Amino acid sequence: MHEVYHNGLQGNVLLHKTLPEESMIRYLEKIGSNTIWLLEDLGRMGSFLVFGLGGVFKRPFRFSAMIRQVRLIGANSFWVIFFVAGFTGMVLGLQGYYTLRKFGSEGALGSAVSLSLLRELGPVLTALMVTGRAGSAMCAEIGIMRNSEQLDALECMAIDPFRYLITPKFLATLISVPILTVFFNGVGIFGGYLAGCGLLGVNPGAYWSGMEQSVVNQDINMGIIKSFVFALVIVWVCAGRGYFVHVIRGAGFGAEGVSKVTTQAVVLSSVAILIWDYLLTAILL
Amino acid sequence: MSQAVIQFKDVVKSFGRQTILDRVNLMINSGKTTVIAGPSGQGKSVTMKLILGLLRPDSGQILVGGQDISRMRGKALNEIRTKFGVLFQGSALLDSLTVFANVALPLEERTRLGREEIRTRVLATLAQLGLTGHEDKYPAQLSGGMRKRVGLARALMLQPEIMLFDEPTTGLDPEKSLEIYQLFLETQKKFGYTSIIVSHDIPKIFNLADQVILVNKGKFNTFASPEDIQQSELPEIQAFVQSTMGKVYLSREME
Repeated sequence: MHEVYHNGLQGNVLLHKTLPEESMIRYLEKIGSNTIWLLEDLGRMGSFLVFGLGGVFKRPFRFSAMIRQVRLIGANSFWVIFFVAGFTGMVLGLQGYYTLRKFGSEGALGSAVSLSLLRELGPVLTALMVTGRAGSAMCAEIGIMRNSEQLDALECMAIDPFRYLITPKFLATLISVPILTVFFNGVGIFGGYLAGCGLLGVNPGAYWSGMEQSVVNQDINMGIIKSFVFALVIVWVCAGRGYFVHVIRGAGFGAEGVSKVTTQAVVLSSVAILIWDYLLTAILL
Repeated sequence: MSQAVIQFKDVVKSFGRQTILDRVNLMINSGKTTVIAGPSGQGKSVTMKLILGLLRPDSGQILVGGQDISRMRGKALNEIRTKFGVLFQGSALLDSLTVFANVALPLEERTRLGREEIRTRVLATLAQLGLTGHEDKYPAQLSGGMRKRVGLARALMLQPEIMLFDEPTTGLDPEKSLEIYQLFLETQKKFGYTSIIVSHDIPKIFNLADQVILVNKGKFNTFASPEDIQQSELPEIQAFVQSTMGKVYLSREME
């Protein structure tokens, strides 16, 4: 319904020669309408976040739906996370070993691998994988429900779509992502051990004790806080884009609309994760 | 004299610079059938969404059962919505749920009935609509006509006072359309609901209607019978009549 703003001057401009004032007006009009749309969009997304989290307090709470979502978002990501974490850890082990060897400090491999996983790579890579795997699915599912009037149907039956559909996804993501992050860290550290100690002959005792001595509570907390924030970003952006597929400017309609919005959701969510990663690191360090 | 269940008072609705409804008035009486017709893009769906409170008017009042819903939100609006049953154009069944789960949904979410009671009621309604044996199918496995019937079953579960039908026969062949109309007549007789039908199926739909509203350039024109429409002086209405039911009535005049 927002494309209406566009149609203003186009009709008459095409008929006669474009005067400088007219193109100026058109330019200003475009800036204005884009600003209005951006503000509207921010408002929509803001209220989506509030309603999505607020649904927790609405009764009856759909516990079984939430558990199903935990399975979809969390449990089904097990193998993806396992392989990504394993190989990330192994690569860290290799890279770390060759770098550290230059300074004769291969013994610090354990601390290098575990710190970079716990503080950065664990939360970030888990969040990116979940965005790609579950976020996109979430966005497409909700977008299709919107386009085929299923969300309207819920509202007409006086069933709150937030309580019924969105809130279980919010909670499931907030539960799954931190758990997956912890799992990622564990597998990654073990991958580093395999590459460093198994292949390259670093002393296993040095690897584990190096980790033990350098990792402090703050490192673990930082990773967990990050994973909660990333989880919120994922579900907010992905579910929100799908929910508003019908009003997002330039998305188009029907299947094309859903596909464009899903792409947009994955890109936005990934970028937002990296931006938040920077901000949180700056704040928490 | 029957009572007005839905009333529009000077309702204005616009999107951006485009005025869709311009100070329209409307009165829908209890137990009657109202057909909303008119060319596409003239505000038929907007009218329906306004009645359901899915959209809010820019100004004016929309009274449902005497209460103004145009400024209502949350719980109060949900209370009003339980009076409505809606059959959507594409049926709008939840496609990840089976037929049974779809029809049971309003009972599960809106009532405190036990599992067994829900099961009995759902199976009874499905049987009435000729859907026995299809409980475990998913909407994607059904034909368009069957999906409409499931949609109707779901809408009837909470015994609505008002039923809205959004283009109930679009995309169905004439035989199936007739079947839907038949179902509509049967269920209306049984449940006694007020019905509002948005339809393109002209002139057939007039057989069902107590009043017909033509939406045209942001205005409502109300007619009591098809003959009234025929005799309208307004050029837009005449053009509409020509394009939709022209032939039928011309041939009758020739006789």
